[in-house]
Amino acid sequence: MLYVVIIFLCLSILLYVILGGADFGAGILEIVTPSSMRDKFRDTTYKTIGPIWEANHMWLIISIVILFVGFPSIYTMLSVHLHIPLALMLIGIIGRGTAFVFRHYDAYQDEMQKVYNLIFTYSSFITPLFLGLTFGAAVGGEIDPEANSFLGAYIQPWLNLFSIAVGLFTVAICGFLAAVFLVGEARKEEVQRLIIRKAKLFMVLTFVAGGLVFFASIIDEVPLVDLILTEWFTVGVLFLATAAMILLWFKLGRGDRKLDRFLGGFVVSAILLAFGYHYYPDIIIVKSGENLSLFNSAAPEKAISSLAWALMIGSLFILPALYYLLYSFQKPKLVE
Amino acid sequence: MDDLFAARSQMALSLGFHIIFACIGMVMPFFMATSHYKYLKTKDTVYMDLTKAWSKGVAIFFATGAVSGTMLSFELGLLWPEFMLHAGPIFGMPFSLEGTAFFIEAIALGFFLYGWGRFNPWFHWFTGVIVGLSGLASGILVVAANGWMNSPSGFDYVNGEFLNIDPIAAMFNEAWFTQALHMTLAAFVATGFAVAGIHAYLLMKGENKAFHQKAFTIALIFGAVAAVLQPISGDISAKDIAVRQPAKLAAMEAHYHTEEAADLIIGGIPDEEAKEVNYAIKIPGALSFLAHGDFDAEVIGLDQFPEEHHPPVTVTHFAFQIMVGLGMILVGLSLLYFFSLWKKKNWLAQPWFLWLFALATPLGFIAVEAGWTVTEVGRQPWIIYEIMLTKDAVTPMPGISYSFYIFTAIYLSLTAIVGFLLVRQIKAVSQKPTLTPSTSSDS
Repeated sequence: MLYVVIIFLCLSILLYVILGGADFGAGILEIVTPSSMRDKFRDTTYKTIGPIWEANHMWLIISIVILFVGFPSIYTMLSVHLHIPLALMLIGIIGRGTAFVFRHYDAYQDEMQKVYNLIFTYSSFITPLFLGLTFGAAVGGEIDPEANSFLGAYIQPWLNLFSIAVGLFTVAICGFLAAVFLVGEARKEEVQRLIIRKAKLFMVLTFVAGGLVFFASIIDEVPLVDLILTEWFTVGVLFLATAAMILLWFKLGRGDRKLDRFLGGFVVSAILLAFGYHYYPDIIIVKSGENLSLFNSAAPEKAISSLAWALMIGSLFILPALYYLLYSFQKPKLVE
Repeated sequence: MDDLFAARSQMALSLGFHIIFACIGMVMPFFMATSHYKYLKTKDTVYMDLTKAWSKGVAIFFATGAVSGTMLSFELGLLWPEFMLHAGPIFGMPFSLEGTAFFIEAIALGFFLYGWGRFNPWFHWFTGVIVGLSGLASGILVVAANGWMNSPSGFDYVNGEFLNIDPIAAMFNEAWFTQALHMTLAAFVATGFAVAGIHAYLLMKGENKAFHQKAFTIALIFGAVAAVLQPISGDISAKDIAVRQPAKLAAMEAHYHTEEAADLIIGGIPDEEAKEVNYAIKIPGALSFLAHGDFDAEVIGLDQFPEEHHPPVTVTHFAFQIMVGLGMILVGLSLLYFFSLWKKKNWLAQPWFLWLFALATPLGFIAVEAGWTVTEVGRQPWIIYEIMLTKDAVTPMPGISYSFYIFTAIYLSLTAIVGFLLVRQIKAVSQKPTLTPSTSSDS
């Protein structure tokens, strides 16, 4: 049953990074869009993410619930030592979620829109930055359960080059995902051209930030490069991700939007798979003592099995409904 | 501000904020679906306008509720890691199921809000009903988790360790039923009276009568029926707490000394030093009757508990009085409304009647907040009743007061913005006799 829970956890994180990431990316793209094009661009985002944006963020809640029910010591270790970046991420989540609704549902479209837009775009940047930073800090090896200074216990675990690099990498991935996803939705040609340009920009940024992660791991002495490069599986997967991205560079917006999206999703899944494979089953690499893995921090068997049942029964309801939601809003309207 | 107090205040603030949005997000879909049903049956376009206007409210409140709920799922760990370390696996069952219910609600809301003109009208209507039902289910499930903190079960506590965990038994803890019943009714009362109150105010201003009368009626019928049922649920809760958490009941009643034929204390100012209540109205034997159904029964007082395990009496007592007092006012208003329906009086055209309901707009929510204060402050100093102290659960990270200040600022600004949006939404509704098709659905 533990494996069922682990599969659900991995799946929720993957879906959150892809679907939630594309959502955040839409806000990030807005920052780098010239102001003359912003309204047209925003129009495209509304249509695309409007019906599904709430559902996209549910994956985060599911992941958190799985963590605190199934792996309570991982959840509490992260909560204690990464309190500050998590709190900052929460501020981003609040800002983004509410600003999106506010700008959409305000009865009057006036100056207030500027305020909402500002909050929306910047929190779209902050949230994935600190989400990625938390991922990086979890495996960065700086979390020290025995630290007795404020700096050592609550700051150093996350305020380091490696974690920041992973945070920036996450931001780049979000922008990339959003651009790839939105290309197929743009109806006006100028918007499409803009989005293709942004997609390419974020592909470059993803490469640069990815390089930064490796570079930072060497400086911060996080054992990443040597291990990844000696594992044929991770090398192979990362190679495929790179190949898919290169293919996407030439294919993007030239026809098959399903292919575009598949490749975009593939790139990100492959990156997560490579990292996941590399660290599995460890989740938190600590400075001193035993690392926290999915096995040594799992809740007692009965808690795990009832969690597994709840997840399986829940997905029987959720997955068909979610599929139908996505499917329905791909079709044109019956009546205008 | 010390860290424990800061953490408790931040948690109280987050919950207090979330509860309002959660209640509205849980109950408004039912108003919306009722109005939508009326439209589909009568084809009266006023009902259509009303459905669309309300659905925007639902969207705003759902999103804000979802965001504040996400916050809470993190804050449980950020503020109370020691609690979550042990409690997570035990009381996680309702949270896992709640995740499903909440997810379904989000999906159904996507269908409903963006589905105008896309689906069979009855399927579309049904998705609105699902929003309400799954919202209600999430609310009831989350209360199960809180019930567990008040009535821990589903494990054996041996030498400071939690053994033989049984999440199902933990979910079906003894407090769940009474708390969930009371909370569900409270959500309907608070939302019903708040929505009806706003429409009563707009009716008084003489705008768009047909629209606001229909709105008032739908909202108030839900609210008034729930308000009349609520005292029964309150009585069940009181009798339950008298047995299960006597210290909480004693704090609610400022009942310091164990005695037979105990007086019911109404109002008054508890003197925590002298252990007595000044300036109160006392009804002989009534507390014994309310708690145990017998005027001579013994009611356990705070003297049965060591001083360090006393909940804060003044806050709990005042909050309880406020909750009951406001509840009674709302029962009175409900009976008045039913009387007007029975005698077929057209009081909706009477300013005094509309004034009464307009003034009652916030009362239900104040009662909800007071009620949660009773539950949560009355549980202190325990985070898991008689198992773990709140002060042992708080995060070791210092400086929580800064976090509290920041989140207070955020919540205050969010409240201000939501209020501002609501005023603008209402203004927009009353300016237009009939609404143009919703901008949210047609782009």
